[in-house]
Formats: sequence, structure tokens, C-alpha cells
Amino acid sequence: MKHARVAYAGAVHHAVPHKQGLRLADGRVLAEEQVVWLPPLLPGTIIALGINYADHAKELAKELTLSAKDEPLAFLKGPNALLGHRGFTRRPADATFMHYECELGVVIGRPAKRVRAADAMAHVGGYTVANDYAIRDYLENWYRPNLRVKNRDGATALGPWLVDAADVPDPHALELRTFVNGQIKQHGNTRDLIDDVPALIEYLSSFMTLAPGDLILTGTPEGVVNVNPGDEVVCEIDGLGRLLNTLVADDGERACTS
Amino acid sequence: MLVNTFALPPGPGLHAALPLGTVVGTLLNHRAALAALGDAVHRPPYKAPPQAPVLYIKPRNTFAGDGDAVVVPAGADEVEVGATLGMVFGRDACRVAEAGALACIAGYTVCNDLSVPHDSFYRPSLRFKCRDGFLPIGPWVVAASQVANPDALAVQVSIDGQVVQRTSTAGMLRPAARLIAEVSAFMTLAAGDVLMLGVAAGAPRARAGQRVRIQIEGIGALQTLLVAQAAA
Repeated sequence: MKHARVAYAGAVHHAVPHKQGLRLADGRVLAEEQVVWLPPLLPGTIIALGINYADHAKELAKELTLSAKDEPLAFLKGPNALLGHRGFTRRPADATFMHYECELGVVIGRPAKRVRAADAMAHVGGYTVANDYAIRDYLENWYRPNLRVKNRDGATALGPWLVDAADVPDPHALELRTFVNGQIKQHGNTRDLIDDVPALIEYLSSFMTLAPGDLILTGTPEGVVNVNPGDEVVCEIDGLGRLLNTLVADDGERACTS
Repeated sequence: MLVNTFALPPGPGLHAALPLGTVVGTLLNHRAALAALGDAVHRPPYKAPPQAPVLYIKPRNTFAGDGDAVVVPAGADEVEVGATLGMVFGRDACRVAEAGALACIAGYTVCNDLSVPHDSFYRPSLRFKCRDGFLPIGPWVVAASQVANPDALAVQVSIDGQVVQRTSTAGMLRPAARLIAEVSAFMTLAAGDVLMLGVAAGAPRARAGQRVRIQIEGIGALQTLLVAQAAA
């Protein structure tokens, strides 16, 4: 089953897919454009992975100063960053390089403490699509990636759906694609994850207990390019969904005009 | 209007309440802590001193209450005791000006921002700061109205009853209001979130079996018992 959280007619609703768009829990069938899509879950801890696809590591090699990698590069994000499907992300006026990152999001379903990789998949509750923007202009070499790069308000889109783990037989055989204004820019497959889902759960749960609702963003493949106000960015993952986000200018105090 | 989103009053059988929101830590805000790095800030991997506040998140698995036992992991002889003031938000702070920043604070608490000692601030592993129990916090929140100046509070760390560090919330590169303004410029700090002002230079270290007590003037004292990791 796929689940969404949407706002419609003054209330927040649970929704599931329908051939005309979506169906609210109360039976109303609506088109995708009729609702405001919220992040499909309110996650607990949000963990994100850097450089978890070999091709993306190569792409960023110039600025990485990476040597032998002995453990996953994980960092944390706050709920302020989250945005739903069809949301608008504000692009700071002074940014010269802001890029999307299409990622498989893994939602923990059962508490995980010192779980071995062989047992890890039983702790996954579901999956979602994430578009985790980065603003590289703000990169500093202190606690990388610093929160100003990766944790800006509304710069991590999630959704449209939270897909039950039972409906994703193999999360390591999913095509990821990102389109900017309809043109494909990023293409990868979760089979190329350096640290796959069980490895990540084993690693993280070795020192931090993962709780239901915690979210792991597993990293992005190569193909990141700058995007500008007005650009429509679609991140899609086979079987999970198609996540639309639109960039708008952020000129500080001026109201969003979209 | 302020809403206390954080703590229950302490009392018999009551466990200190824990943060409801996100806890954000600030590194190298204490002038002496940054100065202690000397010329290294200009050399690789840093290449330049930090421009924006150096921030990190302490996730919910790290929250621990007053008096709780915290496990020192096998393989680490000691943990670093990061005594810092926690600013608890009572209302959302989004792009607030420095002048209005403290009005978003419901109150203040004591944080023991524990770390496995590590040398590099470049890209530290989560396993240094995000272990279960690595953020004792409490024992309560003192209403902001009771704290005349959060930037002038004495901070004292004791280990097994011996004072090992005396410092203060003064001398920050970014005092409380300025820090809130600069962080809220790009990320909203919501009601229930906690922003830690920053640990002073020369953070003491403690071992399993020791009792750590952090006292912040006018706020309270937070106690933590360090214990060894049980054999697997």
C-alpha cells in the first residue's frame, strides 16, 4: 500500500492512490492538483548519506579530499527542511550552485539496536522518494556537510507516497531518475549503493538506536546540475513514485509570488 | 505568550522530561575554543576559519535525563564532557532579528553534550556524538523571565565531587541572541527545539564509573553517571 498525507478543504487527510489521482480516507476522490501534499510522514531522526554511489563520488572528487573510506559518511537533518510533493523550494539569491539529489528514503518500522545486516530488512517499514537539495556555495570544511548547505528550510522534498516495505520486493534494484524541465539529468540504480540498506542499518544501529519513523536518505547517484528559479525538478524511483518540486526565488523578505 | 513545551516540574518519581523537538549544537562558539585551534584553521582540511556558526544535531536517541547512566563505549577510555547552556524555544524562530531573538526562548536548561574524543572537525562520524544517551539534559527548564542575561552565567563541571572546569557563557563569538538570528536565517527553530550555545575550551574528560555534575548559575545542576559497556 502507498500512503500520503495531504491537506484538503481545511483538514489534513490520509490518502491512497486512485486512478484519477488519490482517494482520501473518507472516500473522496481527487486529482493530484486539488490537494496540498505534505511530507508522507513526520520522521523522527533524519539521517542522510553522503557519497554513497561510486559514480557520484567520482563526480565530486575535486572538492572531496576523500581518502580510503572506512565508514559511511552520515549526517543529520532537521524537520525544518521537509517539504511535500508539488512543493516550492526557495533558492537563495546569492547561490550560484544549488542542486537536487534524488534519493531512496528508507523508513524504519521496528526499533533497531545493534542489528546485524542479515536481520536488518525486518526493521524497514517503508520507502519514499526524497529530493535533498544542496547549496554548494555555503560549503565550509567544518562539520561537513554543514547545515547551511544541507538543512535549509523547505529544501528536502519527500513523497508523494510512503510505500510499505512489503510492496517493494527488492529495494536494491530500483531505477532513480531526475528530470529538470522534462529533460533527464540524473540516472542511477539502487543496486550501485556503496553501503546498501542492510549495511546502513547495521552501521547506524551499532551506536544509535533507530526508532520507528526514523528516516535514512541513502545518497544520490551522479548527474547533479545547478537549477534556477522556475525550474521544475522531478525525482522518480521505480515503484515508489514521482516527486515534483519547483524552484522559486528567495529574495529575503519579498513574498513568494508563485 | 510562552508555552512550556519541554519539562515537567521535578518531583518524587518524576523523570526529567526530554526535548520534544530538534536539538542543535554549536561548535567553536567560545572564543578560546576556536583560538585553541591556532593556525590549524587556515590549513587543510579546513583551509579557512568558519564563517557561519558550526552546527550539528543531537538526535532523539541521545536524550537522557538527570541522574541517568550513560554508557561509555568499549574502545573509548574516556568521554568528553561538553557543558553548555540549552536554549529552549517557546515559539518558532524563522529569520528573526537579533533584537527579537531572545523573545523566542521559553527558558534555559543544562546540557551535557557528550562526545567520544576526536581530533578533526572536518567531517566527524556520527558515532562520536550521536550514541545512545549522549545528551543528558535537564533537570528542568528555568523560565526565560527568571534569567536576566543568558550570556553571563557561570558554568562549573565536577567529576566525582572535584571541580574540574570553571567557565562561563560569556565570551562567545556569537552571544545567544546573535546565534539564534544567524541560525534562524536559514533554518527555522521551532517551539520545543533546543539550541545549545556552545562548549568552552578545554572540555574535561571522564571515565566509566565516574559521576559528572554540570552546574549553570541560576539554571540548575545536571548529573550523569558514566558506566562501562556491558560485554556483548
